[in-house]
Amino acid sequence: MSMLTRRRSEARQTARDLAPKRPRTRRRSFWIGVAFASPFIVGFLGLFAYPILASGYYSFTDFNLFQSPDWVGLDNYEQMANDDVFWKSLANTLVLAVMGVPLTIAIALGGAHLLNTPIKGQPLYRAVIYLPSIIPIVVGGYLWRWLLNTQYGFVNYFLSWFGISGPSWLQEPDWTKPAIVLVVLWTVGGTMIIYLAALKDVPHELYEAASIDGAGPWRRFLNVTWPTVSPVTLFQVIVCLIAYLQIFTEPYVLAQERLNNISSGPDQSMLTYAMYLYQNAFVYLKMGYASAMAWVLFIVTLIVTLVVLASSKRWVHYGSK
Amino acid sequence: MAQSETQIMTDAASPRELPATRRTPKILRRLRQHGLVIALALVFIFPLLVMISTALKSPQDVFSSPPTLIPSEWTFNNFATAFDQIPVWRYLGNTMLVAGLSVLGTALSCPLVAYALSKVRWAGAKPLFIMVLATMMLPPQVTLIPLFLIWNGVGATNTYLPLVVPAFLGTPFFIFLIRQFLMNVPDDLLEAARLDGASELRTYATIVLPIARPAIVTAAVFQFVWAWTDFLNPLIYLNDESTYTLSIGLYAFFGENDVAWGPLMAACTMFTIPALIIFLIGQKFFIGGISAGAIK
Repeated sequence: MSMLTRRRSEARQTARDLAPKRPRTRRRSFWIGVAFASPFIVGFLGLFAYPILASGYYSFTDFNLFQSPDWVGLDNYEQMANDDVFWKSLANTLVLAVMGVPLTIAIALGGAHLLNTPIKGQPLYRAVIYLPSIIPIVVGGYLWRWLLNTQYGFVNYFLSWFGISGPSWLQEPDWTKPAIVLVVLWTVGGTMIIYLAALKDVPHELYEAASIDGAGPWRRFLNVTWPTVSPVTLFQVIVCLIAYLQIFTEPYVLAQERLNNISSGPDQSMLTYAMYLYQNAFVYLKMGYASAMAWVLFIVTLIVTLVVLASSKRWVHYGSK
Repeated sequence: MAQSETQIMTDAASPRELPATRRTPKILRRLRQHGLVIALALVFIFPLLVMISTALKSPQDVFSSPPTLIPSEWTFNNFATAFDQIPVWRYLGNTMLVAGLSVLGTALSCPLVAYALSKVRWAGAKPLFIMVLATMMLPPQVTLIPLFLIWNGVGATNTYLPLVVPAFLGTPFFIFLIRQFLMNVPDDLLEAARLDGASELRTYATIVLPIARPAIVTAAVFQFVWAWTDFLNPLIYLNDESTYTLSIGLYAFFGENDVAWGPLMAACTMFTIPALIIFLIGQKFFIGGISAGAIK
């Protein structure tokens, strides 16, 4: 009895010892966390939270930099619905995404497959393929304008070897989008390297088992490789889609005529959403309209991402089944 | 022959591939594979060879049809013209300054935040991490205009502040990268130091930073290339020619001389070299970093 009470009081004693300590250390580690995270806390408030709120507010105003924003309700969004150029830029962007994303995935996976063999100098080849991705897009843009030159460019010269008379890539409205996709594809190396890392993780026994079952290379790809890398494919599709929805520098540089900052290719065929947004904000100084466009872009991005995620249940396989 | 044909028709998954590959000698298969890989690499490097070759050609050579890769007469005149018309050293210096400060900012701020999000036990770790993820998803266009108005309001256009300050406040993508790396570091390592009475800052400096070095270097190399190749931000914030970075300088040069392909390619070559050097030095960090971002 007495021993029990003593134990109890001891326990109470230790509990008392611990109790005041814990909040103190917890409070201490809270402030340590705040201190270490402070750059991002400031950055989040200043570079994200306030600008997001401000941009939301501007999207309901008429605002041109020189006078304070004037509340106009949903006018900007209504104007957008009736703005042919807005729809054109959105359509151009979606066409680029629909052409570019599947090609990126196919070429990246195909190239990774080729690279995923034990050959000498593999790191070198990998580096060479990644190299274009670190070159300034402006440099790449001008370089490809030269390569795509109808008269003196190498692309049409190579096509002529196969008896194809190449188009005037940057002058014909139908060919400007393939040209943009081509320039973007030159920087597919990053995507390819991610696939290469994923392919290295595919268990070798699966291929052996498939071979024993009599599967040829195509069947092995369909039944082993594709399902195994499908989670990575989902990631790549989303990243690539978002990049296409925001594409700016490649079309801007390919469409550039002299120092005219609103040139957008023949028949505005290279005018992407981000380019039109830039024009509205920094050329026409329609800051309110451009902010509204930014929000619509955000919503379009969200919808497209959610659609891809929803579809993924049908084609993405997680773990071993 | 007839037998194998019926086999193909009756069974799509027939074992026809195995004997076929066995028939091709191993060396030939290796050669074919190697040849394909070389061809693939050539496709990617060819444009760069054209860039360098055009830069070294004389004007009549540049405009020859069909195009040739090897100049018939080598000349450095295009480089001289480019240096003459573009203040290359100034733009190079400006870009170095922007890229250097951005790298410094990232290397200082991102590991600090990543540490707070992975190894400090506090209530804010989870919500802040969600915010890091959310800001990674946000299209930069949403914040573009208010940020421009802020910087314009404090008179910071035509300075490098708008390009550099964000790096010191932690770039979400790099915080994420380093945080993922630190999550795999066992807590015991840090606990030992803490029990020895080391202050949090000391633990961070002597234990966390050295361990996280590969992730920090990866972030730094990527930040360098981002800053080096950035176009939109300099386009918006830099209007004064003396502040131009390489991208904008090249853009302006093309705007004035759009058919001077020789000098233009010479300028492009010069603007590519520094990125190339960084790439060669940091190659393994690039390759490792890309894969680390996607596959956890």
